Amino acid sequence: MIVRILGEGQFEVDDAAAGELNTLDAKLEAAVNASDEQAFTAALDALVSRIRMLGTALPDDTLEPSRLILPDAEATMDNVREMLSGEGLIPG
Amino acid sequence: MSVMKRVSLIFKAKANKALDKYEDPRETLDYSYQRQLEMLTQVRRGVADVATSRKRVELQMNSLQQQQAKLEGQAKQALGSGREDLARDALTRKSTLQTQFTDLQTQYQSLQADEEKLTAASQRLQSKVEAFRTQKETIKATYTAAEAQSRIGEAVSGISEEMGDVGMAVQRAQDKTAQMQARAGAIDELMASGALEDVTGTPHDDIQAELDRMGGGHDVDLELARLKGELSQGEAPREIEGSAAGGAASQGQPQASRPAQSADQPQAGDGS
Repeated sequence: MIVRILGEGQFEVDDAAAGELNTLDAKLEAAVNASDEQAFTAALDALVSRIRMLGTALPDDTLEPSRLILPDAEATMDNVREMLSGEGLIPG
Repeated sequence: MSVMKRVSLIFKAKANKALDKYEDPRETLDYSYQRQLEMLTQVRRGVADVATSRKRVELQMNSLQQQQAKLEGQAKQALGSGREDLARDALTRKSTLQTQFTDLQTQYQSLQADEEKLTAASQRLQSKVEAFRTQKETIKATYTAAEAQSRIGEAVSGISEEMGDVGMAVQRAQDKTAQMQARAGAIDELMASGALEDVTGTPHDDIQAELDRMGGGHDVDLELARLKGELSQGEAPREIEGSAAGGAASQGQPQASRPAQSADQPQAGDGS
């Protein structure tokens, strides 16, 4: 499956890793719900580094949409909340 | 729902909007391509803006460094002629500049990182736009409107996602650049206000400089001690000059206190 890390590009990740990524993603979700910035940073960091490690960067001229999209590694919880709620935040 | 899924749904909704806009999907291709070209221009402008900001910060860093060297020279000169007050003044200003310099250094690194990221994003988008153009021509030449539908959907979704990603990066970089421009403007003002001018030339009346002195007092004391050490060690010719000047000064100013004399006076008083 194709996963995008915002600001970094797309990665091809083996479907077998889906379970592990979901577990990490659940932690991220829990941190957002609990408004726990520290847990959020840790969870985002874990998820981003795992995808970088497991994934293979797709060539630049790929035109395929991603199945999952992850906020960029430096995003704050507020950035993510804005992204999830904001209409018209994403240009293009 | 998971964060990654929610984010990707938001991007998909955006792409679908573009796809639904025209009845003939081939028109969608042209419309999307126009948007891509606009976005490319925007990203390139973003890279140029960040680079301009970075260069401005670099120039300010250079001029702060020059000012610091000048103030240190003045402090040395002031100490050499026995004007510790003036030396302290110069070093206080130098310490203000050091704070500014450290702040600029952080900004510089951050701008440099942004510039690299945006440059990479711009190259990625460029490659995708080229790939899209090729596909667009093929689809238009080969397929009827009905057949083209599914092929167009994927290409447009893929590139729309990239444009959203790049677009956010450009926006963020522009917001940050605007903030930094404001701060750079403040430093320019500080320089223009005379707070950073030659100590011997202007009276020390700037409030900010006074406040900074309170914050940077410790550093100034340390630096004063260091400069004194430098002056007393290995600068023999200057020492002679200095003591000669000191002697001349005390001759010219008899009211300058002499601790040895004042120690004698109470004894004389006791004796009477």
